[in-house]
Amino acid sequence: MENFQVAREDRSGVTILRLKGFLDAHTAPHFERAIQELITEERYHIIISMAELNYISSAGLGVFMGFIEEIREKKGDIKLSNMSDKVYKVFDLLGFPALYQIFKEEDEAEKEYNAK
Amino acid sequence: MPARMQRFRLKIPSVTENLQLIRDFVLKIADNAGFNDENQEKIALAVDEACTNVIKHAHKFDSRRLIDVFVQTDPNKIKITITDRGRGFDPRKIKDPDLKKFVKESRHGGLGIYLIKTLMDDVHFEFNPGVKNQVQLTKYKDGPKMN
Repeated sequence: MENFQVAREDRSGVTILRLKGFLDAHTAPHFERAIQELITEERYHIIISMAELNYISSAGLGVFMGFIEEIREKKGDIKLSNMSDKVYKVFDLLGFPALYQIFKEEDEAEKEYNAK
Repeated sequence: MPARMQRFRLKIPSVTENLQLIRDFVLKIADNAGFNDENQEKIALAVDEACTNVIKHAHKFDSRRLIDVFVQTDPNKIKITITDRGRGFDPRKIKDPDLKKFVKESRHGGLGIYLIKTLMDDVHFEFNPGVKNQVQLTKYKDGPKMN
């Protein structure tokens, strides 16, 4: 049974990936493929929405870390939204809030893209 | 709350698929031992990180190998000992991560050991490649012990 899911929604200019379940070393490759697909399609304005993400380990954080430079070089970004306190704590422990924009809601992240 | 010392052991094939099961095993024991939700989650994440290192680096994804997760609880603490007999790597050589640098280098890993040290009160590594590598993770109910 897959305990991790990624749902994709393409909006004009922005793609939202909604993560659900448990993101660990077993499921991180699934998330990695989803990001890789967006890069291949040259969709660089990405929002990762985590309302239903129950768990993240450093393997999941590694996916955020591994692609951000390439995406920013293409004038894109990975913006984060809808994090639970529990998931935020893990991002915070490793200093991610200094390098990634984190929003309460997907719409706020989308507005930030559209404002540019 | 149990007043005595208790011991639990999980010996399980070294595959990432089993990480969920390992986390559930440790969560349940920490819960029964009286740790609050936040500390239960910290303990489970630290154990996940240590087991992920074993699967990736010591066992190189060889599913015939076993991970040994041994848990001891007493009224004051939980101690988890994770043992492998793989080639492994010396975790003491791993420096604290510089996230800015990691991002620039597009690295996908290198955060686990730092997380383990941050999440647990005591972390002890024993590194003896091919013979026995061990990591011991301890969490106290009343916070870290001062030496």
